[in-house]
Formats: sequence, C-alpha cells, structure tokens
Amino acid sequence: MRQFRADLHIHTILSPCADLEMSPKNIVQRAKEHNLDIIGITDHNSTRQCGIVKKEALKEGIAVFTGVEVTTQEEIHCLAFFENEIELLKFQDYIDQYLPDFKNNTDLFGYQIVVDENEDIVFEEDRLLISALNADIDAIESKVHELNGVFIPAHANKASNSLISQLGIIPRNLKADAYEITKHITQEGFISQNKLNPGTSILRNSDAHFLDQIAAITTIYEMESPDFTEFKLALNGLNGRKVVLQ
Amino acid sequence: MMTIKELSEKLNLKLSGGAEGLTNEITGGYTSDLLSDVIGHAEQGNVWITLQTHKNVMAIASLKELACVIIVNDLEPSEDMISQSNEENIPVFVTSESTFEITGKIYNLINK
Repeated sequence: MRQFRADLHIHTILSPCADLEMSPKNIVQRAKEHNLDIIGITDHNSTRQCGIVKKEALKEGIAVFTGVEVTTQEEIHCLAFFENEIELLKFQDYIDQYLPDFKNNTDLFGYQIVVDENEDIVFEEDRLLISALNADIDAIESKVHELNGVFIPAHANKASNSLISQLGIIPRNLKADAYEITKHITQEGFISQNKLNPGTSILRNSDAHFLDQIAAITTIYEMESPDFTEFKLALNGLNGRKVVLQ
Repeated sequence: MMTIKELSEKLNLKLSGGAEGLTNEITGGYTSDLLSDVIGHAEQGNVWITLQTHKNVMAIASLKELACVIIVNDLEPSEDMISQSNEENIPVFVTSESTFEITGKIYNLINK
C-alpha cells in the first residue's frame, strides 16, 4: 500500500471569498511545490472551475478530485466529490436548479469567475454563490450518493456554517462518508463528543482561500493509487485502505 | 421614525462598530440566524437581530441596506465583522439579552 498526501478542500478564483491569485495554474504550481499527490477542488456551490484545474494538474502528475462545497438550506457547508465529468455535470444541474437567483454584488462579496490555463476569463457566475440551496442536507446527501459521489460535512466542528453550528448535533440518520474537522479538535474528541462509530473516517484539509494556505493542512490516504475508487475504499476502511489523520 | 441612536440608548446596547451610521432611521426589524432567510425577507432600514458574528453578516446587511445589526447573548463580533461594519457605516451592537427579549422590546418601541 502507498501513502498519498492530499488537500481536498481548496477554493479557486471562482469562489467570491477566494483570492484572485487562486487560478488553476497557480494552484497546481503550489500543490507541486508542496509535493501534494491529490488536491480537491471545492468552490462554493459551483463545479465550473474543476475541469480546467484537473487538466492542468494532470500535466504535473497531480490527481484532482473534482467537487464542490455545497451550502445546504440549513447553511451547513458540505464537500461533495464526483468521479467523472458526467456525474459532476449532473450535480451542477442540480445546483443550478436549487441555487436562488440572487445576484452577486462584486463590491461586497468579490468576483466569481472561471479562468482557463492562461488565466483568461471564460465564465462569470452572476448568481451569488454563497447563498444556500433550496434543498436540505438529507436531500443533497441523497443526490450526491445517487450520482455515486462522496459526501463529507465540511469543518464539521466549526462555529459557523457547520453541522454542529447549525444543527447542534450530528443527526443519527445522516449518511456521511467521512467528516472534515478543523485543527481545533482531535479526531478522538470529535468522535466521542458526537458518539460516532470509532471507525468513522475523519479528515483535515486547508480550506484554502489564498495560495499560501494550500497544503498547510493535509491528510494521508493509504491506498494503491490516487483514484476515486481507492478513495472510497479508504474512507470506508476497506481492503486495507485507510485514512491517516496528521 | 426612530433613529438607531435613539433605539440603542433606550435599550442600552453596546456599540461595537459602524458609529458613522448611528443617525440612520429604522423602518422595522428582522430576527433570524440564517443569512439566506435575511436575504429573502429583511427589508431596507430594518434592525437585524442575530447570534451570527462573522463578516458575511455585514455583507448581507450592506446588500439589503439594513439599519444596524444587534448581536444577542453577549456574543462577541469577530474583528473582521467590526472592521467591515466601520467600512460600510452600518452599526453593530451587542446586548446581553436573548433573541426573544430584545426582539420583543424593539417590537414594542417601534410599534408604539
């Protein structure tokens, strides 16, 4: 089994709150400098920058898990990842259907643009991406799994926009594949506080909005190769694959 | 119509930022902790009562042209929330009272 170091929660220039330096080129460059094997692209309520980052990262031998940080109706941030372009597109359709048609104000929230490998703007999202979808956490979780995706509540212990801040508890019936926590709590602490199964996979990522945050916090995955099938096995602790929290 | 300054004096609210906006007038109030709900339902000139203390609160307050934000239960606004309150000239207050109590008092004052 091999070890792969990953930072699976990275925002790009498309997220209004992310720095304008967060272009595909710069993100891949930074990931390379820090010897990351896998990066996750997770903009707020949009998957539209994933494809270009993936293409750029492939050239450097870095795997990309294409995803999104979706905001549920309860304003809980959750990471979702999809294996291929078709599933990702179908989830984008779902987001487009449930994202309120409330316009962004670039002065207040920042720009929401997709740029190509040459940093030319190819798309601008005019709806505010930090809005909450008109779909609750269970509905979104079901959709992610229907599309064979992976569903991970983001920074689940954080004081805002987290499972714990919004609901106070982790609902018993929630079908999360793993939980992302911040550095402010230990894996054991999070599991015992929330009475989770001791085998539950817990991850940490940088939640980078600026270039120098990429790879600042990472998690190790023990698996055969840096692909989605192996990632799912690792999250479930199957066939010797596992998550090793740093 | 009442100004923010008058309201804050009557309720003994502690000012955290946005002092330049104290002379603005109040049209009513909205009580909610979900930002998306405030985007959808709060109206211009409203007092916003919430327990949220992060900077997106100020972005939403500015977008909806709200009069001021009142944070309940003695919660501390974050530093970036205060600095954005100063930039946008939208006052942020803290009260030791609960959401229920402060909302009730403001309702009575406005509807007198």
